[in-house]
Amino acid sequence: MINKTAIYVLWMREMKRWWRAKSRIVGSLAMPLFFLAFLGLGFRRMTIPGLAGDVGYIRFLVPGIIGMSILFSSTFGGLSVLWDREFGFLKEIMVAPVSRVSIVLGRIAGGATTALIQAVLILGISYIMGFKIINISSIFLAVVFMILIAVTFLGLGLIFASKMRDMQGFSIVMNFVIFPLFFLSGALYPLENFPVWLRYISKIDPLTYGVDGLRGALIGVSSFSIFYNFIFMVIFSSVMILLGAYFFEKSESV
Amino acid sequence: MSNYAIQVENLTKKFNGFTAVDQITFTVKTGELFGFLGPNGAGKTTTINMLSTLLKATSGYGEVSGYDISRNKNNIRRSIGVVFQEPALDIKLTGKENLEFHAMMYGIDKEERKKRIKEVLELVELTEKEKVLVEKYSGGMKRRLEIARGLIHEPNVLFLDEPTLGLDVQTRRHIWDYIKRLNKEGGVTIILTTHYMEEADFLCDRIAIMDRGKFVAMDAPGRLKDILGGDVVSLEIEGNADALIEQLSSLDWIKNITRHDKNLSLTMDRGERRIPELIHVAQENGVEVTCVHLRKPSLEDVFLHFTGTTIREQEASQAERNKEILRRRFGTRR
Repeated sequence: MINKTAIYVLWMREMKRWWRAKSRIVGSLAMPLFFLAFLGLGFRRMTIPGLAGDVGYIRFLVPGIIGMSILFSSTFGGLSVLWDREFGFLKEIMVAPVSRVSIVLGRIAGGATTALIQAVLILGISYIMGFKIINISSIFLAVVFMILIAVTFLGLGLIFASKMRDMQGFSIVMNFVIFPLFFLSGALYPLENFPVWLRYISKIDPLTYGVDGLRGALIGVSSFSIFYNFIFMVIFSSVMILLGAYFFEKSESV
Repeated sequence: MSNYAIQVENLTKKFNGFTAVDQITFTVKTGELFGFLGPNGAGKTTTINMLSTLLKATSGYGEVSGYDISRNKNNIRRSIGVVFQEPALDIKLTGKENLEFHAMMYGIDKEERKKRIKEVLELVELTEKEKVLVEKYSGGMKRRLEIARGLIHEPNVLFLDEPTLGLDVQTRRHIWDYIKRLNKEGGVTIILTTHYMEEADFLCDRIAIMDRGKFVAMDAPGRLKDILGGDVVSLEIEGNADALIEQLSSLDWIKNITRHDKNLSLTMDRGERRIPELIHVAQENGVEVTCVHLRKPSLEDVFLHFTGTTIREQEASQAERNKEILRRRFGTRR
């Protein structure tokens, strides 16, 4: 059922494509870094209600921006099935004697790796710019959360890709799914400022727990306990992957 | 192993009420080179997609290499190679990387992989370009690479969907030669679709003529042409032909005679073998033959015979229909 060679070769393909698209790497780093720089500098002197006393806004913002970068790159990663469909390569993949589950796992492995590399790069750049991490071991914990976020949204991207015929629905997904998920997650501001009803909605957004987990790991301040965030993210990512695989298997490739 | 590479019974595919493939039934023997001939939209690609496990059939039964297309998908995938109508290459990978990807997906181990990739690259003469990104390849090179890729895992059955569509004459010839060699020397069963008459005629052992989802005829190209009554031999003659015509009329292998000034048109089977005899008869009757012309009926004639239109007209009307659909959808924009 699980074909390791196939997963490896799908992952390898993703790596090669990513490495060869240098401009895309730069582009995918630019947006989160601009967000970080301009929001961070713009709101630097404001006191934001809900922030723990000694946490400055930039420090609060870094984990949120990392979460955002993973959200975007993973969802696009899942949607990239549509590009393969457009360029015909999906047929080459689908006609191979490889279980559909292996194909999904290969895509997720590739997408998660690129998302993780970008997230670590953003963390590294923030560190150079003065972002303090509570201790070295917390980086590993943060990486665990990064992977969980990536897997969750790769699954989501796959679900959408299986339901769409081409890239035309892309902007709808972007505007009506990705951005709301981003704003509801508390990546940019403490969710304590939301009205109660909105806070309930934000509780069904996986990114809420992802970003909160990252915050707990990196700056030691979080709304929920790290363990609680971890459990939620494990559940979300498993469900999304199963749904993604299910819909992908169901969809017709031509 | 059965004698048949493919057995299909009443295979049907409907898309939202539109019947793309309508109850087709046929078999292909192991080692045969079988072709689907028909205009765009006749259902050729849909048939290939069903046989190669990419599309689910709406109804009917199909077997490829002895496996049921609705149940043993993985076994079928392992035993077939497919070259799709639209390019299916990763243009951001090199030619060799595309082949490696394929070989690994089919579980071929490292040593064997190296050997076979080298072989197929040589076969399609792309060894020098193996390290070049596919986006830099020409259309013909891409096609050759895809054929090479279809062969790496040594399939029993190779599907080629419009293998030479949009290629120049020279490249087309080249690819025809590969296909013939593969079939004759490699013993690979080949199923191809085409809407080029010459291609079907040159390559295929048998042809199914497809039109609007149905088979309208299926046989060897030569036999299909025989249905039209045979070859036309035209003789240009000097002298009094009356006696000659009288004698020719008494010959039972001549099916039809028409005279136009100095020209005699005779319909018969296997005209090329009859020409010496015709000249002999003419000389006996004191008539000199100054020119001989032999015209074999083309598949185009056969297509016309069965569908009442030529392939080109058929496609033109398809284009009209498409325009009509667009017009209805987007109003009367010009």
